[in-house]
Amino acid sequence: MGLRFLLQALLLAVWLPLASLSVWAQGVQPVPPLTAHVMDNTGTLTAVQKAALEAKLAAFEQSRGAQVVVLMVPTTQPEDIAAYAQRIGDSWKIGRNSIGDGLLLVVAKNDRTVRIETTKALEGAIPDLAASQIIETALTPRFRQGDFAGGLDAAADQIMARITGEKLPVPQQSNAARRSADGGFDWTTLAVFLFFAVPIGGRVLSSVLGRKLGSVATGGAVGVLAWLFTSSLVVGGIAALAGMLFALVSGLGGALGGRSSGWGGGFGGGGLGGGFGGGGFGGGSRGGGGFSSGGGGNFGGGGASGNW
Amino acid sequence: MTLRLLSLSFAALLGLMLSGCGYNRFQALDEQTKSAWSEVLNQYQRRADLVPNIVATVKGEAAFEQDTLTKVVEARAKATSIQVTPETLNDPAAFAKFQAAQGELGSALSRLMVVSERYPDLKANQGFRDLRVQLEGTENRITVARNRYIQTVQEYNVLARSFPNNLTAMVFGYTVKPSFAVANEAQISTPPVVDFNKK
Repeated sequence: MGLRFLLQALLLAVWLPLASLSVWAQGVQPVPPLTAHVMDNTGTLTAVQKAALEAKLAAFEQSRGAQVVVLMVPTTQPEDIAAYAQRIGDSWKIGRNSIGDGLLLVVAKNDRTVRIETTKALEGAIPDLAASQIIETALTPRFRQGDFAGGLDAAADQIMARITGEKLPVPQQSNAARRSADGGFDWTTLAVFLFFAVPIGGRVLSSVLGRKLGSVATGGAVGVLAWLFTSSLVVGGIAALAGMLFALVSGLGGALGGRSSGWGGGFGGGGLGGGFGGGGFGGGSRGGGGFSSGGGGNFGGGGASGNW
Repeated sequence: MTLRLLSLSFAALLGLMLSGCGYNRFQALDEQTKSAWSEVLNQYQRRADLVPNIVATVKGEAAFEQDTLTKVVEARAKATSIQVTPETLNDPAAFAKFQAAQGELGSALSRLMVVSERYPDLKANQGFRDLRVQLEGTENRITVARNRYIQTVQEYNVLARSFPNNLTAMVFGYTVKPSFAVANEAQISTPPVVDFNKK
């Protein structure tokens, strides 16, 4: 029984992901790569129209942070436009990382359908009814007359006005602020790390350098680490003092216990310092001029569809 | 000293073993399915909250088919009367019952929308058209929430059944969770027909 059970479990583990893959692979439209705010795969917009809309949406992202993306495709068949837009949204995840304010406008030209898909963060700014209104007032009347650029432009204006009305945090312009926001520094990780590293490192350093010098070295290492991580001298200083005291006290305990240097040799000197030096925090992720998704958008099926 | 070192390494070893046999993964996925399930409930509730408004608007249409309307009202009453607790997730029978009730409400609503096509006054009514948009949005959200639940449960179930995690599951009593069954899928996932073409 045991072997058969095991085999079954293994088979299932291999088969289930494959089965789900094959369900997805039933010839649905592939997700196009996200390259700009305005993507026209139908060749409807002229280069000038496209550039104008792109500039407008890019400027809006600069000033308000929200990512609005327009995608024109020939068709979404065999999927419904809602399912297609949802799939695109799930894969692009447009919207700022911490806020998730993204909006996707999909036009399926040959199907004559259009959909505004909002992330959960924007469902308040643009509820389904508002999305439907934008479609009915801005998009479909102009689309009926073949004026795609005008419709998209008017819709973009309405969308931006609504997002502006919502009190979402505006992007921070200063580089340092963005870096600290992007770094997403995790206090608990550092605390847990120090919890283990300080006693061990302190003991190693004490046994190598002697008690007093060792505690100073430990304190220094902790201080430098804290300073590197938080980029605050005060925090670094406090951490250094705490580390030194701790190492001194625990070193005292070790000395009283009579065995202070037994296992220190195996560790070698200063295992602590090396690994952390590198500038892991540098390089803003959004450096280049190109457009990339903020990765925070969570599309929950909000928005509205229409056709013309 | 040696004792402390021993106990420390033992704790570390235990931690490694637990994460190696998927215990932490179980915890994470279990919570994930719970939150995905809450989202499903949330959206179903949203739909149930919408129904009284739709019914009230449709009632304004004097000649509206009473039969269709009562079916919606009854289905809603039935769907909202089912108590859903977190334990529902681990009880396939209760899960199936809940699913059936929601499916009934879904199909009653979609029938109502189809029938409403025959009433030009109703179709022209701005309030009704707004409700229709909201219903459509809610049905989309339900679909998304259900899809996410299905995916999370699939991940959980694969974990619970694959080796060596199935041993962990056996020890801690984690069973395979129910997902939305295919038989009901077609019935429930029929969205209300919303045709913007014929105004």
